Amino acid sequence: MNILSVGRDFIATTFRLSTPIIFAALGGVISERSGVVNIGLEGMMLLGAFGATVGTYYTHNPFIGLLTGALAGGLAAALHALLSIHFKADQIVSGVAINMLALGATNYLLLLLFQTAGNSPAVLTIPWKIFAASALILPFVLHYFLYRTPVGLRIRAVGEHPKAADTAGINVFFVRYCCVIISGILAGIGGAYLSISLLNRFTRDMSAGTGFIALAAVIFGKWTPIGALGAGLFFGLAYALQFILPGILPHGMKIPPEFFNSLPYLLTMIVLVGAIGKAIPPASDGIPYDPKESR
Amino acid sequence: MGSDKQQSILVELKNITKRFGALTANDRVNLSIEKGEIHALVGENGAGKTTLMNVLYGLYQPDFGKIYLNGTEVRITNPKTAISLGIGMVHQHFMLIPPLTVAENIVLGEEPGNFLAFNRSKAISEVQKISEKHGLNVDPTALVSTLSVGSEQRVEILKLLYRSASILIFDEPTAVLTPQETKDLFRIFNSLKKEGKTIVFISHKLKEVMEISDRITVMRQGKAVGVLQKEKTNEAEIARLMVGRDVLFVPDQEVVPKGDIVLEVQNLQAVNDRGLPALQEVSFSVKSGEILGIAGVAGNGQTELAEVLTGLRSAQNGRIFLKGQDVTHDSPGEKIKLGIAHVLGIAHVPEDRHKRGLILDFPVSYNLILGSQGKDPFSRNLLLDSQAIQKFAKEKIAEFDIRPGDENLPARYLSGGNQQKVVIAREFSRDPSFLVISQPTRGVDVGGIEFIHHQILSMKKRGKAILLISLELDEILNLSDRIAVLYNGKIVKILNRTAATEEELGLLMAGILEYSSPKKS
Ligand SMILES: Nc1ncnc2c1ncn2[C@@H]1O[C@H](COP(=O)(O)OP(=O)(O)OP(=O)(O)O)[C@@H](O)[C@H]1O
Ligand SMILES: [Mg+2]
Repeated sequence: MNILSVGRDFIATTFRLSTPIIFAALGGVISERSGVVNIGLEGMMLLGAFGATVGTYYTHNPFIGLLTGALAGGLAAALHALLSIHFKADQIVSGVAINMLALGATNYLLLLLFQTAGNSPAVLTIPWKIFAASALILPFVLHYFLYRTPVGLRIRAVGEHPKAADTAGINVFFVRYCCVIISGILAGIGGAYLSISLLNRFTRDMSAGTGFIALAAVIFGKWTPIGALGAGLFFGLAYALQFILPGILPHGMKIPPEFFNSLPYLLTMIVLVGAIGKAIPPASDGIPYDPKESR
Repeated sequence: MGSDKQQSILVELKNITKRFGALTANDRVNLSIEKGEIHALVGENGAGKTTLMNVLYGLYQPDFGKIYLNGTEVRITNPKTAISLGIGMVHQHFMLIPPLTVAENIVLGEEPGNFLAFNRSKAISEVQKISEKHGLNVDPTALVSTLSVGSEQRVEILKLLYRSASILIFDEPTAVLTPQETKDLFRIFNSLKKEGKTIVFISHKLKEVMEISDRITVMRQGKAVGVLQKEKTNEAEIARLMVGRDVLFVPDQEVVPKGDIVLEVQNLQAVNDRGLPALQEVSFSVKSGEILGIAGVAGNGQTELAEVLTGLRSAQNGRIFLKGQDVTHDSPGEKIKLGIAHVLGIAHVPEDRHKRGLILDFPVSYNLILGSQGKDPFSRNLLLDSQAIQKFAKEKIAEFDIRPGDENLPARYLSGGNQQKVVIAREFSRDPSFLVISQPTRGVDVGGIEFIHHQILSMKKRGKAILLISLELDEILNLSDRIAVLYNGKIVKILNRTAATEEELGLLMAGILEYSSPKKS
């Protein structure tokens, strides 16, 4: 094995593993910028992965599968929006509920549709490079959207000080609903990538914490799209290391594989401790808006 | 003339009623505003002024009642509708977004450009144009988080002008302004009036109301109880209508025998949040039974002085003695407790009741025992005794006339004046030996001011040493025994109240009279 091919492998693996994190993290950024914490990213990804598999399975068209995956994520997000915006439920509780619901629902549907508790049948796929390229471009599009368009300005205003936005004639609820649903669609696409691109089938609990890593990437990226891109790449790199490192260790050196498996999570913790002091979330992130509160 | 009047009525509120649960904040209120006038809306804390204006601005929907604009009925279901009808409002708490720029804040909701591109340079030039036209000086590219209160207010006004509002509502705009800033604001009011705009102005400062308004509507306990013509009324009459009885503007000062020195400060030095010197060579002492007033224009070290004395900010140099004991480096908790026999240490009425005085989401009862929560009778065997807490809260609510008298209501839902009473009730019942009282009547109505002043004087009668920090010169002059003028972090002079004149104080506060080394007393 020469160093060049290892290097190329490493870079490709990094991009492949970063892509779902970046999609979900962009979703997190959009939602939290508008003031709604979306801890349900994980569940929305899982539903996206499942929706994409089902869509592809029945239509034999993975691009329709991509749409159904996005739709599944969007629907779960609409539920989160309804609970946390309309009914002012605790956003953490609502998000956790969505994660559990997604796990239960996909397991059940897997049994119902495919008579299996493990893997769905194989489906057609979309080349991973299409997703990866989008994941590299989309952050810049979102950046432009947030910082250079009137709608982006309104989103940021709503996340910082919803009452001020309200008094300026902006419909706070509408903006938040849209952002949360877009967030779910992005997470759903990230999930679809897992099942109809990285793999060619749905497997039980296949998001496996990617949504939570994406949540960390939102914070590490300081609630900005380009920051999320950087953080997503960083975490992708940490994942890639666990596959590459064991192969290039000098002979005779023994490190337990568990160490490599825990590397991404270890790095996450270290990075977050370093980043948290400096990162300032949108001022009203996580707080339901009630126009009748006196302040 | 009668029919003429009829035609010039621009806004008419009829029978507006707004309830919050069992509480009726507006009770069949009628209000008519003529085109081109400055109409003052006055009333006690909690009388329903803000609620009424929120109804007009579409933030609240009335339970019943109607709104007429130019004689036709309008339904204002949200602020967007209000804006499109030409109504604009500067809220009691500013509605600005700190991390955005001045221009972004102003154009928000009606941004120049199209859906795909926000035209930033047009936003900046538009703001520039309006601000020049009205003499409202602000930098459109500055971040709002870097602005002073006065500039923030100019941004709020620009927001209305950008939307070409013709009816401008100001909810207590002068509560946080310095006298100079207030003067500037009134200059702007007058020039807006000349352009034909109509202004609704809410204030507790009757002097200002008499100075700037044409007509005055008085509210009491949710009802509009009278409309007065400025020329035909005076402060005393307005106050009587507001409170329902005569109000004493100047409290009776009793001569109280002074005792020993309670607090002594030597050569105090401290820096502000930005690390710049805020206090220099500050020395003074306060005796038992004495009120030392600190006069000065905002931002001359008042905030830092209160914080250093109460242990919220550390002194760089100098010493603080409480009853002869060096407490310079004690924490706030230690300063409260500082027990010499039964005598407690320091009580603090902070200048910003939302930031430092209250936990807004806690009920009134808990707010009344903050700082004493670990003590008998509120805590027994490591548990809070809710019966004792409720009992104490009920007593204090009665004693300080806190309205509404519900000890379980979160402090957030009290009006500003009643929130202030909660803070004062708590701090005064600690039975401290020394009190730092900052801006005790900011945003408080005349009746409340009278009450709070009375409480402060009764603390003095009980032999407490009091440091009173206020931006209101009248308040300082009415309550203090001696007055220290703070300018640029230094005490320029300490005078006896009887020897002080408003003119001299004004000059000292402006830094025009010479710095004379403070004498110890
Ligand atoms: N959102 C709300 N929920 C419950 N009660 C409220 C709410 N807003 C106001 N109130 C109550 O309605 C009454 C009127 O309040 P409002 O704020 O209109 O008074 P105000 O005249 O503006 O007083 P201040 O001079 O202190 O600003 C008060 O008793 C207040 O506690
Ligand atoms: Mg008010």
